[in-house]
Amino acid sequence: MSKEKKTLNLNFGPQHPAAHGVLRLILELDGEVVEHADPHIGLLHRGTEKLIENKTYLQALPYFDRLDYVAPMNQEHAFALAVEKILNIEVPIRAQFIRVMFCEIGRILSHILNITTQALDVGALTPSLWGFEERETLMTFYERVSGSRLHANYFRTGGVHQDLPRGLNEDIAKFCQNFPKVINDLETLLTDNRIFKQRNVDIGIVTKQDALDYSFSGVMLRGSGVPWDLRKSQPYECYDQLDFKIPIGKNGDCYDRYLCRIEEMKESVNIINQCLVKMPTGPIKSLDGKISPPPKKELKESMEALIHHFKLFTEGYRVKKDEIYVAVEAPKGEFGVYLISDGSSKPYKCKIRAPGFSHLQAMDYLIKGHMLADVPAVLGSMDVVFGEIDR
Amino acid sequence: MKNLSNLEKKINSELTVKIKSSKLNHNQIYLNIENEHLLEVILFLKNNNEIKFKQLIDITAVDYPENERRFKIVYLLLSHEFNSRIIISFYINENEIVTSLTSVFPSANWMEREVFDMYGIKFKDHPDLRRILTDYNFEGHPLRKDFPLTGHNEVRYSEDKKKVIYEPVKLEQNYRNFDYESPWEGTEYIKKEAKKNE
Repeated sequence: MSKEKKTLNLNFGPQHPAAHGVLRLILELDGEVVEHADPHIGLLHRGTEKLIENKTYLQALPYFDRLDYVAPMNQEHAFALAVEKILNIEVPIRAQFIRVMFCEIGRILSHILNITTQALDVGALTPSLWGFEERETLMTFYERVSGSRLHANYFRTGGVHQDLPRGLNEDIAKFCQNFPKVINDLETLLTDNRIFKQRNVDIGIVTKQDALDYSFSGVMLRGSGVPWDLRKSQPYECYDQLDFKIPIGKNGDCYDRYLCRIEEMKESVNIINQCLVKMPTGPIKSLDGKISPPPKKELKESMEALIHHFKLFTEGYRVKKDEIYVAVEAPKGEFGVYLISDGSSKPYKCKIRAPGFSHLQAMDYLIKGHMLADVPAVLGSMDVVFGEIDR
Repeated sequence: MKNLSNLEKKINSELTVKIKSSKLNHNQIYLNIENEHLLEVILFLKNNNEIKFKQLIDITAVDYPENERRFKIVYLLLSHEFNSRIIISFYINENEIVTSLTSVFPSANWMEREVFDMYGIKFKDHPDLRRILTDYNFEGHPLRKDFPLTGHNEVRYSEDKKKVIYEPVKLEQNYRNFDYESPWEGTEYIKKEAKKNE
């Protein structure tokens, strides 16, 4: 006699703390085993792409901070690179190092948040207390250079908005000296922790093939053993002048992804150190007056500067007709901008390729057959941030 | 760069008539095809051992309301092995249906749902073509150029009804889009130079 199978539908989120934001996950449960997961996204949809089509290139930039709001500058980087490639302008070498340095700071910001909240989801409180202290330090660096802790709006087409304030280099160097110790402390709490391992080892395994089929990128791809990092394979900016390693996982489970992130933070510290040493003095943005606004001092004396200033902040600069896709290695994976310009000062179309979108899509595949308690662990290791998924 | 042009030649020689045009720019291959050849082209690019575009990066559409064939559908593919990117595109009419790629790439599922949501383009053989990013019961397709930036409905909590209600958008001030573009084209010698560079 066959018994009729009864499944239970469970709404996970959108107000659940382990949903990492506003994810509504509808789970079909057979006892405690997940049969099917259907993520409902879009609760944070703000129409970024539509808004960008109605703004000038300069005004469009701040929207990128609001995508993945834990690593804002990495996003800005993709957009700035896309416009620079179409306009075909050189970025001064100092600006390149500043941008790379702040991208790596963003990577650490994001990874600390992810590792510690993942630990929080599986029951460890202390890592988040220790990690967030460091995030606070990093955000003061953001604040000192751009004026705000989160929505920096610091990168510009052709460089960055302003030079580093006095003393910032030394403070970042000091941070780089102390931070490896904090990583080690975090590792003593987590890496060999029995509970943490029980919750993460062999959970949410992704095979190499599936990682490719599901459009995974970043740590989700590297955790499964695919050696692919855009900073190495398609170097942009000055990454080809820097020396760093790409950590790769073996088993493709949540634990490997955690280990990858830890190693990546160490590499990021390494990159920041190299940037500090190699950074030359010089201009920090393109000297082309048609693209970057003139310094304040010139405004009062030079007619040309005044005209440039007026044109840049009313019409904005025009970008010739073109079509381009540019991707950067954001902390969460490949973040891309597909930009179509039509010769005016506003983008005709700007499609944002968010890594988290593809990762979350695979939720059903990842969680099928796992227990309900594994849902937060898998979700945590995917590193989802709804700003970028919902756009 | 040389590898890329070899790759382009290879694709052109294998697919011949299925390709309308192709070009190299910004270190990427741009392919123009026709709607009906989509599946064949994608399968070839994915499975051919000398090309291996194994990963679908994104699917999107672009709206050109003034064109007869209104939408341009764009597929971005990546080959890890040969470290190259390709952009495949074709134009369709407003009511034309596109073949779904979900059987080739499982990740196409949500990407196609997003295109459907934002542009109202339908996909054949898609297992679950629902809206994805917009609200439940949303009407219209926001990324079409004729959809107003401010939208049609706004949402608020009504103290009287003790629930969230939808109302037509009421703006205190209309959305203003200033036209800053100047009719100034530049002096004669600059125009000449610009022409030369083209």
